[in-house]
Amino acid sequence: MTEQERHEETARANGHEHITGAEALLKCLIAEGVDTIFGYPGGAIMPVYDKLLDYVDKLRHILTRHEQGAAHAAQAYAMVTGKPGICFTTSGPGATNLVTGIANAYLDSVPVIFITAQVVSGLIGTDAFQETDILGVSMPVTKWNCQVKRSQELPDAVAKAFYIATTGRPGPVLIDITKDAQIEKLYFKYKQCNYLRSYNPHIPLNTRAIESASIMINHAERPLILAGHGILISGAVNELREFAEKTGIPVAVTLLGLSCFPTGHRLYTGFLGMHGNYGPNLLTNEADLIIAIGMRFDDRVTGNLKKYAKKARIIHIEIDEAEINKNVQVDLEIHNDAREVLQHLIPLVKQKSYESWIREFRICDKTEYEKVIKQETRPESGDIRMGEVVREVSELTGGKAIIVTDVGQNQMSAARYFKFTEPYTLVTSGGMGTMGFGLPASVGAKTGKPEKQVVAFIGDGGFQMTIQELGTILHYNIPVKLIILNNGFLGMVRQWQDMFFKKRYASTELVNPDFVTVAQGFRIPAKKVEKREDLKGSLAGMLEAEGPYLLEISVEKEGNVLPMVEPGASVSEVTLNYKS
Amino acid sequence: MKQEFTISLFSENHIGILNQITIILTRRQINIESITASESAVKGVHLLTLVVKTTPDMVRKIARQMEKLVEVLKVFVHTSDEIIYQEIALYKVTTKGLMSGNVIDHIVRTHYARILEVSPEYIVIEKTGHKTEITELLAQLEPYGLLQFVRSGRVAITRQVKELVSYLRELDEAHRVKPEEVETYNRN
Ligand SMILES: Cc1ncc(C[n+]2csc(CCOP(=O)(O)OP(=O)(O)O)c2C)c(N)n1
Repeated sequence: MTEQERHEETARANGHEHITGAEALLKCLIAEGVDTIFGYPGGAIMPVYDKLLDYVDKLRHILTRHEQGAAHAAQAYAMVTGKPGICFTTSGPGATNLVTGIANAYLDSVPVIFITAQVVSGLIGTDAFQETDILGVSMPVTKWNCQVKRSQELPDAVAKAFYIATTGRPGPVLIDITKDAQIEKLYFKYKQCNYLRSYNPHIPLNTRAIESASIMINHAERPLILAGHGILISGAVNELREFAEKTGIPVAVTLLGLSCFPTGHRLYTGFLGMHGNYGPNLLTNEADLIIAIGMRFDDRVTGNLKKYAKKARIIHIEIDEAEINKNVQVDLEIHNDAREVLQHLIPLVKQKSYESWIREFRICDKTEYEKVIKQETRPESGDIRMGEVVREVSELTGGKAIIVTDVGQNQMSAARYFKFTEPYTLVTSGGMGTMGFGLPASVGAKTGKPEKQVVAFIGDGGFQMTIQELGTILHYNIPVKLIILNNGFLGMVRQWQDMFFKKRYASTELVNPDFVTVAQGFRIPAKKVEKREDLKGSLAGMLEAEGPYLLEISVEKEGNVLPMVEPGASVSEVTLNYKS
Repeated sequence: MKQEFTISLFSENHIGILNQITIILTRRQINIESITASESAVKGVHLLTLVVKTTPDMVRKIARQMEKLVEVLKVFVHTSDEIIYQEIALYKVTTKGLMSGNVIDHIVRTHYARILEVSPEYIVIEKTGHKTEITELLAQLEPYGLLQFVRSGRVAITRQVKELVSYLRELDEAHRVKPEEVETYNRN
């Protein structure tokens, strides 16, 4: 008897089902708690799609209109639910269409399991029809990937994929399954993975470093917490709040950290970075201690590194060791999970308050309000501003909606002016800044949290990058609320042309279709708003609508998002006023 | 200041690992001076020895990025004085040129090289040593009609006592203590 035969005999004796690789894949997903898949079929993945029909009661498949859309939707689903997103595509063009979506999930540390089909194993390497080396292509943008050529390897590969994607610093993984492996039968048995010797996401807690951190914190005079996506990922929202409230230390958040700390809290100072709030940017350079938690000192956050936080000692709490001392040299590194560290840190820190330090932030807030926020969110004349739209939505939803954004001025306005009150309520493309993310992401977010109001802010440029996903919204009647902030320009690029290229508007003005008619073509109710008096009523009408709804809002054509830490400038050299 | 570092990387025998390593180096525009890949002393564990010239700060960053790769077990970075290392080179020289007098014996002896094969047309000489020594011998042989020359990448052994095996044991033990504490992204 060969080893293979022996293996099969024991499997049969143990009552393991004899099923195809395609069916095994679906059973693995069900065992991992999956109930929703985003994807797009094609030749190589047909065996899997065929089996999906037998599992419709357990697995819902959302057919997007482009594979990139499936990838973004799966990522958004993961960001709002905390469960990994699942995405299926066929080989060749189906797989390559995913690349932007995979890279986007990778830079923002979101767990998505990408399943791509591959040509029959005997044809690999021959440039067969619809064969691409997706392993090679996706290698730099996945946390891990692998190819399955034999059906019996599939359960272990899936188990590994889930384990790797969801633990440590999460990220996308990809499994490429040949068509023959989908058809071939195996004796099915599934065991979740919780250990790989070459991968150790559970780092023993560095209690010495935590003690040192507590001493540094207890002696600081102008400390500042920088909270990133890691707070949300590790589930440390409550711990962060407790830590901040006990120590009295003010909190600033990164773009992806938004919603991890309530915007109305007395210790909240705003959001960091190029278009972030004035106070936290400016005062980063006045702090004597920076406690960075679950963030990676991205260049959009730090501005000019040579002039970044020079008066501060820096404590970096971060699960990914490769991020520590990568951009900013830190004084104390704590290479551990954010939540665990905070839990151990809280008992060690002293109850304190920093009234005069916090007052400095409030003075900055006042300056920013006078110079920027007031005219942006409550203008009395002129065209509608993006900021005022966001403020209205924020007020109408009580800050409780899930906000999805595209990229550009719409994104920065949403991030700046929505008053987030609950965690996991911002879905945005941070690291990649992928235009076209917003529309498909709204599909994923609403699918993941059907009970929540999901409002997307999208620019007229980015909307047209994935506009076909209106078809998905129609198909599944997904009740998302889409706000197209139409300025007739690729606004953010136009702003840079205005500020740094002598107002030479090269290829940024758009000739746009009538978005209302487009939406109606997809049988989605839609309305256009051009006047301020119609704004609030139209927004309220949109929010009350039962199904999906699109509101096109004509906003100021040449509005700039301010403040701005200009490229090459230090965080303390914030531009508040800009007159072209 | 740039200096020479030897990176010893232990990994699972996973297809594509070399590709992942070179991606990290390419992104940072770091040239690989030499590379050797083979099975290590631990069964199933592969050893990659890379020599790169870069700054201490950069080598630390790339080592962390390499260690972050899922299939990589452990990465050690050493400066040249922390390791014992060798390269091997083979030289093929025309017999005609070398056979005159005692030239060949002399060269082989003074360079601690050895002769592997002699034929009427050529002689093959082998030498192990550091890069400079290998290059010196090359210069010596060149005038006699060098037909072919190949040199290997670096192989290195550390002077430190702690070995990969003990790291593996630690990893396995850490796992045994806390199997149920594996954190997951699931909050619900
Ligand atoms: C896929 C992609 N291509 C190009 C860019 C560069 N880019 C950044 S913002 C922007 C303009 C976006 O314009 P629009 O969608 O109209 O939004 P607005 O800034 O006007 O709100 C561009 C082109 C990008 N981020 N992503």
